[in-house]
Amino acid sequence: MSKISFWFQRVAQLLIVLFLVTFGVSLLLRLIPVDLATILLPVASEEERILLRAELGFDKGPIGYYLQWLGDFVQGDFGKIYFSGGTEEVSDHLIEAMPRSLLLMVYTQILALAVAIPLGVLSAYRSGRRADKIISNSLFALQSVPGFAIALILVIFLGVKFAWLPTLGYAPISDGIWEHLKHMIMPVISLSVGLIATYTRLLRADMIAALREDYVTMAASKGLSDSRILWRHVLRPSSMTLMTSAALSMGGLIGGAIVIESIFATYGVGFEIFAAISGRQYIALQSSVAVIALFYVFFNLVVDVASGFVDPRTRDRRVNA
Amino acid sequence: MSSLLSVKNMSINFDTPRGSLEAVRGVDIEIPAGMSVGVVGESGSGKTVMCRAAMGLLQGSNVKRSGTVVFDGHELTAMSKEEVRNLFGSGMAMIFQDPMTALNPVRRIGSQLSEGLRVRLGMSKADALARSKELLELVRIPNAEAVLKSFPYQLSGGMRQRVMIAIAIACNPKLLFADEPTTALDVTVQAQILQLLRELREDLKMSMVLVTHDLGVVAGNTDYVAVMYAGEIVEYAPTTKLFADMRMPYTEALLESIPKIDHKSGTRLAVIAGRLPDPTDRGAGCSFAPRCKYVQEKCHKEHPELKQDPDGHVYRCWFPIGVSL
Repeated sequence: MSKISFWFQRVAQLLIVLFLVTFGVSLLLRLIPVDLATILLPVASEEERILLRAELGFDKGPIGYYLQWLGDFVQGDFGKIYFSGGTEEVSDHLIEAMPRSLLLMVYTQILALAVAIPLGVLSAYRSGRRADKIISNSLFALQSVPGFAIALILVIFLGVKFAWLPTLGYAPISDGIWEHLKHMIMPVISLSVGLIATYTRLLRADMIAALREDYVTMAASKGLSDSRILWRHVLRPSSMTLMTSAALSMGGLIGGAIVIESIFATYGVGFEIFAAISGRQYIALQSSVAVIALFYVFFNLVVDVASGFVDPRTRDRRVNA
Repeated sequence: MSSLLSVKNMSINFDTPRGSLEAVRGVDIEIPAGMSVGVVGESGSGKTVMCRAAMGLLQGSNVKRSGTVVFDGHELTAMSKEEVRNLFGSGMAMIFQDPMTALNPVRRIGSQLSEGLRVRLGMSKADALARSKELLELVRIPNAEAVLKSFPYQLSGGMRQRVMIAIAIACNPKLLFADEPTTALDVTVQAQILQLLRELREDLKMSMVLVTHDLGVVAGNTDYVAVMYAGEIVEYAPTTKLFADMRMPYTEALLESIPKIDHKSGTRLAVIAGRLPDPTDRGAGCSFAPRCKYVQEKCHKEHPELKQDPDGHVYRCWFPIGVSL
C-alpha cells in the first residue's frame, strides 16, 4: 500500500516538474514584448494574423494560451513552423530528430558506462598506486578538453586522414546497422569523453569508501577472490551516485548536444531547438522543449525504478519516509 | 597438547601521517586445538588487529607486519594470498563485531550465506541454498525460508548476528575468530548468542578465539585468557587460574572496574584512571606504568619481559601480584 503511494507521489512530483517547465516556457514566450503573430507571419494581412492569434490562443491571457497549447500538445499537435511559403508540422521535425537524439544519448551512456565502470573499479582497487594515478590523471586531462575539440581531432584523423568513418550526416538503422553505427561512432565518442571522466571519479570515490566497510572484510574472510568481492559485493552498493549522475546527464545529452550535432550534421533535437530560436519559431521551441522535458522525466523515473533494484534499502527507505 | 594456531613474535605497524603506529607488539599466542581462548583488553589494545592479522585480513599499503603465523601446519606468513584464501571458510572463519555493518546491505541473506558454500565447497546453487537453510536453523533462526530471501536491513541485530555466525560456520571451520560478537547487542541477546556459540563449538568441535573487552564474557566461555594492553599480551593463563590468581595489576584493575550488583549504591564505580599510551610513541618502561597503582621506579625505566610461572601462567610485570620477590 505504502509502496503504491510512494510511486503515486513520485509520478505526481514529475508531473509538477513537467507543468513548471512547460508553463514556464509558455509564460516566457508571452513576456516577449513583441506581437508573436507578426513574427510568425511577417508578410501577411491583418486578417490572417487575427486568424492566427485565434488559432494559437495569442488573443487569450497567459493561462488561457497555455491551456490551449497544452490541449493541442497532448493530442499530438505540436504546432507549426511558419515559412514565407507555407508551414511545416513541428511533429514531423521531431519525429525525424528525436530518434537521432535518443540513440545518440543511449549510445553515449552505454559507451561512457562501459568504459567508466571498469576504470572506476580498477582505480578504486588500486587507489593510490600507479594504475590509479595513471587513470585519474589521464581522465583529468581528457576532461579538460572540450568535446568539440575532441570531435574535430577525431574528424581530422578518423574521417579525413585515414578516411575510415564518414564525417557528416546520419544514417537510420534501416540503412543497415553498420552504416548507422559508422555515422554514430565519432559523435558518441566526443560526447562520452567528459562523462567517462565524471563517472569514473564518482564511482572511484564511492568504491573507496565502500572498500573500508566491514562487509568487505567479511566477504574476504569467506575466502572470496578480490575480483569477486569487487564486482559482486562492492560495485552495487557503490553505484548510487553514478546512477543519479547518469540520470541527470540525460537531459543535457538529448537537448544539449547541439555543438556535436552541428559538427557531424546529425541534426537532432538540440539542433531543432537552435533552429527554432534563430528562426524565431516560438511554437516549435515551446513544443520541442516540452518533448525534451518529457523524456528527461521519463528517464529519471526509469533510474528511480532501477535504483530500487540496485540498492533495496532505498526502496524501503522511501516507503518508510 | 598440539596448538592449532601459533602466532610468534607478531608486530603490526600502520604508517600514519603522525608516524608509525604500533598496533601489535611482539605478540606470541598459541591456540590449542579444541580449546577456546579469550582475548581481553580495552578498546585500542590491539585485539582486533591481532586477530585480523593472524587471519591475513589486514589490507592496505600502509600496513607493516612481521612475525610468523602457523595454522594447522601451514605457515600463513610464508604463503601467497591465494593459498591463504583456500584456508578460509573450512580452516578459519571470523565473526565480526557489528552485525549492522558486516553484512552486505544490498544482497539477500541467502546469497551471502550460500556464496561461501559455492565458492569454497563447490556446491551447486540448489544444494548451497538447502544447506543455508539448515545453517539458519542450526543458529536457531525461526522461519529460515523467509530469512533467506530477506535483506539484512529487514532483520534485527540479534538475527543478523546469528546470520553472521551461520556464515562463519558454513564450511565447518576448525578455528573461529569471534571479534566482540556480542558488543553491539542487547544484554539478553548477548546471553543467547554466547550460549549459541558455546553449543556450536561443542557440536562442531571448533576452536575459538573470543575477543572481548568484557571479562564477564570470558569467564564462562573460554579455557584460556590472554589479556592485551597497548598491543602486547600482558597476561596469559587458564581462565580459572587467571580469575583465582591474577598476576598483572592491569588485569586486576579491569576486574575491579566491572560494576557489581552488591556494590553499595552511591559508591563510585572503579575506573582505570588515565588512558592508553600514544600508539605512535611507546615509552621505554612498562606501558601500564602511568596508570598502575603499584607502580615503582623501575616500571618507568625498563620494559618488562614476559615471565612464566612453573604452572604455565605468563605475565609481563616487574612486581606481579601475589608473588614475593
